[in-house]
Amino acid sequence: MTTAILARPTLGQRLAGPLLAAVEFLRLLSRRPVGLAGFVGIVFFLLLAFVAPLFVPFQNDPSLLDIYLTPSLAHPLGTDFQGKDVLNQIVFGGRDILTVAIIAAFLSTVIAITFGSIAAVVGGRLDTVIVAITDITLTIPKLILLIAIAAILRPTSFVFLAVILALLQWSSLLRQVRSQVLSLKERDYVEAARSLDLGLFHIVFREILPTMRSYIVIHFILAMTEAMYAQVGIILLGLVPISGSNWGIMLYFAQGQGALFYRDSLWYILSPILAISLVQLSLATFASALEDIFNPRLRGA
Amino acid sequence: MPVASKQVGVGWNPRRYFGGMWRHPIARAVLKAALTIWVTTTITFFLIRLMPGSPVELKIDELVQSSSGSISYEDARAIASSLFAIDLNAPLHEQYLSFMWSLLHLDVGKSFLSSGTSVTSIILAVLPWTLFSVGTGLLLSFIVGIGLGLMAAYRRNSLLDRVVSTGGSLVSSVPNYLIAIMLILFLGVQARLVNFTAMRGAYSGGMQPGLYPAFVGDILFHAAMPITIYFLTQLGLWILSMRSATLSALEEDYVTAARARGLSDGRIRTAYVGRNAVLPLVAQLAISVGFIVGGAAIIEQIFAYQGVGLRLLDSVRQRDYPVIQGIVLLTTISVVVANLAADLLYSKLDPRIGRAGGAAG
Repeated sequence: MTTAILARPTLGQRLAGPLLAAVEFLRLLSRRPVGLAGFVGIVFFLLLAFVAPLFVPFQNDPSLLDIYLTPSLAHPLGTDFQGKDVLNQIVFGGRDILTVAIIAAFLSTVIAITFGSIAAVVGGRLDTVIVAITDITLTIPKLILLIAIAAILRPTSFVFLAVILALLQWSSLLRQVRSQVLSLKERDYVEAARSLDLGLFHIVFREILPTMRSYIVIHFILAMTEAMYAQVGIILLGLVPISGSNWGIMLYFAQGQGALFYRDSLWYILSPILAISLVQLSLATFASALEDIFNPRLRGA
Repeated sequence: MPVASKQVGVGWNPRRYFGGMWRHPIARAVLKAALTIWVTTTITFFLIRLMPGSPVELKIDELVQSSSGSISYEDARAIASSLFAIDLNAPLHEQYLSFMWSLLHLDVGKSFLSSGTSVTSIILAVLPWTLFSVGTGLLLSFIVGIGLGLMAAYRRNSLLDRVVSTGGSLVSSVPNYLIAIMLILFLGVQARLVNFTAMRGAYSGGMQPGLYPAFVGDILFHAAMPITIYFLTQLGLWILSMRSATLSALEEDYVTAARARGLSDGRIRTAYVGRNAVLPLVAQLAISVGFIVGGAAIIEQIFAYQGVGLRLLDSVRQRDYPVIQGIVLLTTISVVVANLAADLLYSKLDPRIGRAGGAAG
């Protein structure tokens, strides 16, 4: 029955749509310099964190003669308290941070979309329960709870940390997904799908969610910034068992070793700060450019 | 905090909740607050009691081992039991009930380290400082942000608008603790303008707390940096939210009607545009309180400001679980109360509440 309704497009037609959309998207993005800079920043940091480590040799030997060096040709960003090259640590220190942020954002988005749309479509008592749980999680001071959970459970793996982060931050997105779905489900095409008896799964995943694609992408990006904030925060507090090195751990050591108060170590401390801040800024500006592009009502604002 | 949390709407339909009795917004807000506190209490109970490697079991083991046999397991259990204010011999549901009951009396056990000191007295010594610094910073940023946002919206696309909105979104997307570290780095270490060591603590040692000018000045001196951070990092959020709320309010029919009636610009700005634009932000204010109180842990650690956050981290380091538990509970309660206050204020300010679904961003 479904095949009769959804005529199968040819391969050319299938490719043409997304391709045109991508071209149109880049054209709209190029008219927003700040958003474009954010996009370039995201691409840059993804390459830096996931591709650059494949080409750069990993240097992890402490060298006591070279501690707290100011930037030079051999060490473009100087060295740390153990004489390790800072640039090298920046290159290798992004992967864990970004992976945790992506996993946490993905999980929290999945939770929010699944339960948000179920609440809106099914309604009734289930909706009441889901909304109540959401409102409650929204109020609890998350970082405080995160600190307590980290202190008691001591997350040893980054995946575990990502799961904890995801469980703490799905609530605001869920509320918004729910209210979006509530308004979308009154639309004619959803009515049509319902009268054809296409089933809950089809209605939610094939009819309603595709129209919310841009919305979901934006919130995925914002969820990444939230996860990064909390994650670097608890690393900075020393609540995650320290293994290896990442931008947060660099900062943790810089603070713990007193490098913060040492004038020559400016670049050593500034490097992870700039890396984290630039990732956050790129994500935020790109997200707001996307909002601008996908929401024609605001276009030109 | 990210920029795009514009949608503030009043998310639930009161009629679905327990029939007509809970239709009243105040009853609803109180119910919500009570539920939130109950859930946090329950999570905390299970964290300390039932999680693998729970603090209670850890303490019992530690007591037995450190005494090398002179304390029996039962005695150790009794000691741990009294420290957590839980009767470990009772069945689980009774433990849970008595835990809730003692919490009602603000009794969350005794500190592991300074024996005999109740957790409540430890927290009450530091909580005022966090509430003071967070509250001041938040209020300042709210007032200034709303003013700037309103101005930016009125002079849309002017230089002022561009500077204010770009600056706002820049500052609000950099994590607050990184801004704090940068302040120390540039003002304290590189330029040596500010003496951060003298600003440690909530007030200078040797001063007698009281309401006299020298002490108030001293408090402000010590709180200056945390307040600056809370102010700076929240400012962008209020500017951007107020700007977009004002822009949508300006398009409303009642504003056009007011103009047509020949009302003065000043009156339209305050009574028509400003008032309606601020309303949804009041609800957001409550969410912000929770967000900054949580973030305060890192800020207080960086500036060595003696608030709840620093105390929490010290307790975490020393594995003083009753204090950790108490701080989680009492901060949640204070945040929930702040939310409740905002909810009540909101329903007072907005006569439509409970009727319409709330303003969408």
